Amino acid sequence: MTQDIARPKVAVWKFASCDGCQLSLLSAEDELLAIADEVQIAYFLEATREVVEGPYDLSLVEGSITTPDDAERIRHVREISTTLITIGACATAGGIQALRNFGDMDEFRSLVYAQPQYVASLADSTAVAEHVSVDLELRGCPIETSQLVEVINAILAGRKPVTPTHSVCVECKLRGNICVTVAHGTPCLGPVTQAGCGARCPAYDRGCYGCFGPAESPNPRSLSDWLEEQFGVDHPELLRLYRTFNADAPAFRSESRRHEEVAP
Amino acid sequence: MSHTHDRRISVEALARLEGEGAMHVQVTDGRVEHVELNIYEPPRYFEALLRGRHFLEPPDITARICGICPVAYQLSAINAIESLCVEPGSGRERGVQMPDGIRQLRRLLYCAEWIESHVLHVFMLHAPDFLGYQGSIEMAADHRELVETALRMRKIGNQLLEVIGGRAIHPINVRVGGFHRAPRREQLEALVEELTWARDAAIDAVRLVAGFTFPHLEQAHTHVALRPEAGSGPPGASDYPIERGRVISSSGLDIPVEDWPEHFHEEHLPHSTALHGRMRDGGTYLVGPLARFNLNADRLPSDIAALADEVGCTPPVTNPYRSIVVRAIETVYAIDEALRLIAAYVPPPVSAVEVVPVAGIGHGATEAPRGILYHRYEITADGHIADGVIVPPTSQNQPAIEADLLEFVQANLDLGDEPLQWACEQAIRNYDPCISCSTHFLDLTVERR
Repeated sequence: MTQDIARPKVAVWKFASCDGCQLSLLSAEDELLAIADEVQIAYFLEATREVVEGPYDLSLVEGSITTPDDAERIRHVREISTTLITIGACATAGGIQALRNFGDMDEFRSLVYAQPQYVASLADSTAVAEHVSVDLELRGCPIETSQLVEVINAILAGRKPVTPTHSVCVECKLRGNICVTVAHGTPCLGPVTQAGCGARCPAYDRGCYGCFGPAESPNPRSLSDWLEEQFGVDHPELLRLYRTFNADAPAFRSESRRHEEVAP
Repeated sequence: MSHTHDRRISVEALARLEGEGAMHVQVTDGRVEHVELNIYEPPRYFEALLRGRHFLEPPDITARICGICPVAYQLSAINAIESLCVEPGSGRERGVQMPDGIRQLRRLLYCAEWIESHVLHVFMLHAPDFLGYQGSIEMAADHRELVETALRMRKIGNQLLEVIGGRAIHPINVRVGGFHRAPRREQLEALVEELTWARDAAIDAVRLVAGFTFPHLEQAHTHVALRPEAGSGPPGASDYPIERGRVISSSGLDIPVEDWPEHFHEEHLPHSTALHGRMRDGGTYLVGPLARFNLNADRLPSDIAALADEVGCTPPVTNPYRSIVVRAIETVYAIDEALRLIAAYVPPPVSAVEVVPVAGIGHGATEAPRGILYHRYEITADGHIADGVIVPPTSQNQPAIEADLLEFVQANLDLGDEPLQWACEQAIRNYDPCISCSTHFLDLTVERR
């Protein structure tokens, strides 16, 4: 930090993504103006044309790395940032677009574009942490605004942010949800998914679909075996269950690969 | 002034858009030679990664194309998929009879997205151009109350999205067949007081933005929008196009959504950017608030029509800069419609109708805040996606945006670089382009002279 110690410089960066995670900052309706008073929004293209030159005290990074140019750009962002936080499933695990990591890139390209030779893409969609060091990951597809506000608060106060790494099951218990799997046989990734959303899906009678990615020390194999034995969930369905917005997070990736091998 | 002759205006990173784009204008000998809106968002290949997925999955997967209008993706996908589904034992060959309550909730959810998206665009992305600020945060220094009002209006839109959708961004409660859990009447009624406040605030906003100074630009684009059959909505609904309707145009087109491929296609141009939408006869066209309003103003309730009239916004509106006024009027409408739907809401007997797929090709279109969003899916007999096509509003509008830039720059060559650049950016923002939405993104790898 050089000039403006009282107001840290914050930058918001976008890579391959839907804009939803950075929108979460604009959706902090009750906190946005207070945050803007406490920090200098130095680079946030979705919100303002004003660009204050780096280096930046805090960079929030949305999106996955999918092109050669972006692989360069994320290194530059790291160089000019004191603290770098990835926001959301794309930046922390490659996002939904990482489904292509399981397929054939040339085929994908020619399916979508009439002139595939004009398109430059890396074969894989990868997490930011595979390219540069990351100081903190905020999970979710999208992230929760409350967690983003907590992280900004913590950084302003110079303390460690409170972002739990236990599973969604704990949140269901806290919220008083009836277990959708035990009560209705609905496949649910809650036991292996990181908390943070407040168990939104089970609260709406739906199984968790894992948008916060794997919890700390998950055991997806055990969950799959149990869903298969107790409720007859088959391999193709289990494969799909792990292969969505955090498909390339290691614990989900290896589990979906296992079902790919045994699927008929 | 020499700079009217040879100039190159480039904005490498456009601000206040959803997504990433750049603009290039080439002027040679006092003539605008070339205008390009480059969309350099990296491609994410949604249509390819949908192949082989289960037919119930596109609403959740395609929502991730855009964090600003996920409901549009969910409901266009659902319209397309449900056209290929039947309720077992219904005796129908194709299509599902949805309970009124589910149809009410879907339109209500969509109203919430219009409120959230339109308020974001009108106040936080576009108004700063008219008032001379770099962005809404800078604008808040002088107009704190205005920005606070906008945030409070967005909040009620987001709260309505949360109650029905379970989450404001990428709702979790929406599914083929209906919802996972239908909200109770009391949950919706709890929002009525704040919505009523927001309706008044939106009316004030219409009067405010109508008083802005609009750069001169009249464009004769062909307008394309949905138009529902009168009285075809669920109880409480009026008939301005949101989640249903035929496709009509200002040049006399009037077709059911399933005829879309016969009339529209997308081109992949070598100079980069998203695929460009074209009509089959080669013409460019425009979707979004201007098209909706010009083709459906008769569908607005009389008090909102009177408000539009009072501020001098009468169809046809042909100056794209005035789209901000239409967006504000549509915000009043979306809040007003939400209040009507809540008053008439009867929770459905089941939260979702059980459906099974029939092999075939299904089409669906809805009015995303920024214009028609079309989905097409081919589904196999065992319920998998064999093929998917998504045509988002921004790729349809891209030719119109480039035409506006060309026209505007030609007429304003005497402006200095900085004001001209800003006015061009403002012209792009007229279309609220959601570049993340453009689905088909290309890197610039081939330069065209």
